[in-house]
Amino acid sequence: MAHKKKVKKYFVKIEPDECKGCERCVNACPKAVLKMGTDLNFMGFPFAYYVGAGCVGCAACFYNCPEPGAITILEESDDTDDSGKEEEEED
Amino acid sequence: MNNSTVHTNKLLLKGNEAVVYGALLAGCDCFFGYPITPASEIAHTAAEYFPKLGRVFLQAESETAAINMVLGASAAGRRVMTASSGLGISLKQEGVSYLAGSELPAVIVDIMRGGPGLGNIGPEQSDYNQVVKGGGHGNYKCVVVAPNSAQEMCDFAFWAFDLADKYLLPVYILTDGVVGQMLELVTLPEPIDRKPVPKWALDGKYNPRTNMITSIYLEHDDLEQRNIHLQEKYAEIMAKEQRAEEYLTDDAEIVITGHGIVSRLAQTAVDELREAGIKAGSLRPVTLFPFPVDSFKKVARTAKQFLCVEMSNGQMIDDVKLSIECSRPVHLLNRMGGNVPTVDSIVEKCRQLAGSGNSGKSKTRRGEKK
Amino acid sequence: MTETTEMKVKYGRPKGFFDIFERRPGAVKKNMHYCPGCGHGIVHKIIAESIADFDIQDRTIMIAPVGCSVFSYYYYDCFGISAPHGRAPAVATGLVRSNPDNIVISYQGDGDLGAIGFNNFIQAANRGENIAVFFVNNGIYGMTGGQMAPTTLPGQKTVTSPLGRSVTNEGYPLKVSEMVAALDAPIYVERVSLSSTKNIMKTRKAIRKAFQNTIDRKGFSMVEILAGCPTNMKFNSREMNEFIENQMQHYFPLGCFKDIADTRDPIKRPEGIYDKQKVKDILYPIKVAKGVSADFKNQSKIFQKERKIKIAGFGGQGVLSLGMMIATMGKLRNFNVTWLPSYGPEMRGGTANCTIITSREKVCSPIVDKLCNLLIVLNQPSMEKFLPELKQNGVLLYDSSTIAPPECGKDKIIYAVKASDIAKKIGSLRCANSVILGALSVVMKDYFLEGKDKKDFDRAFEEAIMDCFANKQNVIQMNIEAFYAGKEAVEGTLTNPHK
Repeated sequence: MAHKKKVKKYFVKIEPDECKGCERCVNACPKAVLKMGTDLNFMGFPFAYYVGAGCVGCAACFYNCPEPGAITILEESDDTDDSGKEEEEED
Repeated sequence: MNNSTVHTNKLLLKGNEAVVYGALLAGCDCFFGYPITPASEIAHTAAEYFPKLGRVFLQAESETAAINMVLGASAAGRRVMTASSGLGISLKQEGVSYLAGSELPAVIVDIMRGGPGLGNIGPEQSDYNQVVKGGGHGNYKCVVVAPNSAQEMCDFAFWAFDLADKYLLPVYILTDGVVGQMLELVTLPEPIDRKPVPKWALDGKYNPRTNMITSIYLEHDDLEQRNIHLQEKYAEIMAKEQRAEEYLTDDAEIVITGHGIVSRLAQTAVDELREAGIKAGSLRPVTLFPFPVDSFKKVARTAKQFLCVEMSNGQMIDDVKLSIECSRPVHLLNRMGGNVPTVDSIVEKCRQLAGSGNSGKSKTRRGEKK
Repeated sequence: MTETTEMKVKYGRPKGFFDIFERRPGAVKKNMHYCPGCGHGIVHKIIAESIADFDIQDRTIMIAPVGCSVFSYYYYDCFGISAPHGRAPAVATGLVRSNPDNIVISYQGDGDLGAIGFNNFIQAANRGENIAVFFVNNGIYGMTGGQMAPTTLPGQKTVTSPLGRSVTNEGYPLKVSEMVAALDAPIYVERVSLSSTKNIMKTRKAIRKAFQNTIDRKGFSMVEILAGCPTNMKFNSREMNEFIENQMQHYFPLGCFKDIADTRDPIKRPEGIYDKQKVKDILYPIKVAKGVSADFKNQSKIFQKERKIKIAGFGGQGVLSLGMMIATMGKLRNFNVTWLPSYGPEMRGGTANCTIITSREKVCSPIVDKLCNLLIVLNQPSMEKFLPELKQNGVLLYDSSTIAPPECGKDKIIYAVKASDIAKKIGSLRCANSVILGALSVVMKDYFLEGKDKKDFDRAFEEAIMDCFANKQNVIQMNIEAFYAGKEAVEGTLTNPHK
């Protein structure tokens, strides 16, 4: 097989009911792919949402978010790829 | 056996030293304290012997620090003690309230001195209210045992740790400067086997990390339940743990009562009074909480009057009156400021009371001196 | 877009948190109680991530302080404990000293650490306790409603500084990191901030470093974290970050103030000894004196009753140790004894006295205020004070080197010995008390001891002196010499003015 450099894809999942609408993530996102909504969640807060594309997996939103599980950053797993290389290069 | 060293279990110890020997033999793991006269020999002795046994001695930066170090070590499931005198106990009260609220065992020694304020370093019994009645904020009590000899200072350390562990609360060993400073012959008991770490303790080697210790209950009903639980515990202690020492009370018409050093003066006074043909006896509360209500009730059935002797403004006398439901006159003989009542003054007071046939209403007012 | 590709969690709810916050009352079980945008949440998340990553949840104890983070035990999946306001470092000390395996986190706010608990904090730092302190500095009391903190900036308005903090009234903000870094013991002190992603990542690094130090038992680490309280400061999150960046960081410069973990060895604490025999070998005194059998009784008549002895002089004359020697002689001959000193400042230079009671029975009152059988007086003021307590036919023994013969009735038996002079002659004033005992030996033999007891007194003294000074051979020797010198000096020459 030809060596192909895989471009990883990331995805931000925001739990509407765990967001308190502080906007720290929206302010922190370097790609401006998070926005504030106008609906209110079960706690009564407006909540942020991901526009659906453009996340680079930098985790700025995750570490800026004061809530434990409001933001999850998902990575497209590369199980089609051979597992020779690991993706450890954070920080 | 020329070269082999022979040990003896008998030695002369101050009360302050004896309580440390007792604690160590009772498996005490840690001592945290702050120097204060007349309790300092406790820290001196602990500083010498805890490290010799590889155990923890630390001079804290303050009384509040000491009691909170106690809280930490207790939460870790270790047998831990501290010691102080009235001024220091005042400062420790915050931590004692937390210990009580968090249901943590600990032993606190209070060698009472003169107050209020800086007072002096003479012996007094004026911490009775702040120690026996709770002392800090909240609906709590501590078990209080009141030794009157160096031997008891040693033995009660065992008892205090057992009570603390059994009921999960702070236990005071409360006595006065005389008992703390006095040297007497002590027979050392056998050491105990090391206690296992209790299952509620914060110790990952033995217990799950879900263990958590707090005294905060935000919901009013939860906190009320917590308080009810504590009161039930105190009721159980009241029912099971009262201890008193009676001396010639069976036919006594006048019963002298006092704790700590006073109880020994009372016995001498009883002997002198008996010699003079006056039917006197003495009743010594050994536990101050639980106050030995049952013994007082029993003795009140035959006694005509009580004389409460205190080195304070008259603090225990309230409990004496309550326990006998004021069914007999209770007189007060007290000294303050570091003075110890003389045996003569006790004898004289009893003579007066016996002579005046005063079995009816008490004319003695609270705070009145001999 | 998710239907075909498998996604895995790259960053998600840290494992150091409970999955569901069961301890938190109310309906909200996945969130913390903090206000929107609160700095505590960010720091909590980093800590929770760390304790899971370091695999130390089973031995980590998180101390919940008083302040907004008072409920932190709702959240962390590790051991938790509440501390009184400001006392977390003292509680931490107790936890880690009693069990050095514990990883103890003292999480504190600025009021808790910088105001009410500053002494506990700085002293724990100065002792180099092996704990990690995470100090959240948001410059305000959050939980109680926005009052001034020790770290509130000059001019900053709070509900208790409504006109702005005045440095002439409330002083300057407390620079905690700088103060801690100036101490010798702490190994790691860094101030970080939550004002930007970059700073948050530095905070994460600092917190993990503090954990590593604690795991390695290197000592005291502190991370001061400049954080926001948007609710009380009435800022949105952007304004909050700007305030931290432009105002707080200006006054509280970021950076590592100290990092010397590499230079320190891990802290070692001793293992406790609990083996019964070993405990006894250490605590039980070594028997030095031969003593007597358990049923031994001195036969002389004088020993049949309780005997009250008082010794008085000035502090430093050996008054208390003279009493101690007599008490020890009593112990070695199967008597019950009490020895009660006058204690306190008078021991340090003023007058000192002690009372000894020996008895075959239990001693009740240990106090001697009258009917004293033997009074030993070593200075003039004590003579005047205590002579009235001497019983009729009681014995007075005094140091005639310095004391004038007393004026008193013939119903007292009075002996004088130049104890200080003799002691000086044999080399030390400090053994004047043994000289006195030597003299006492002669008095006892001449008047009170019968049969075998006559010889036994000196032996009992020698045993007592060995018992009192078990390891000090030279002290024992000197006192024995003094005893016999005193004895020799007065033998046959004891003066009894009334005889």
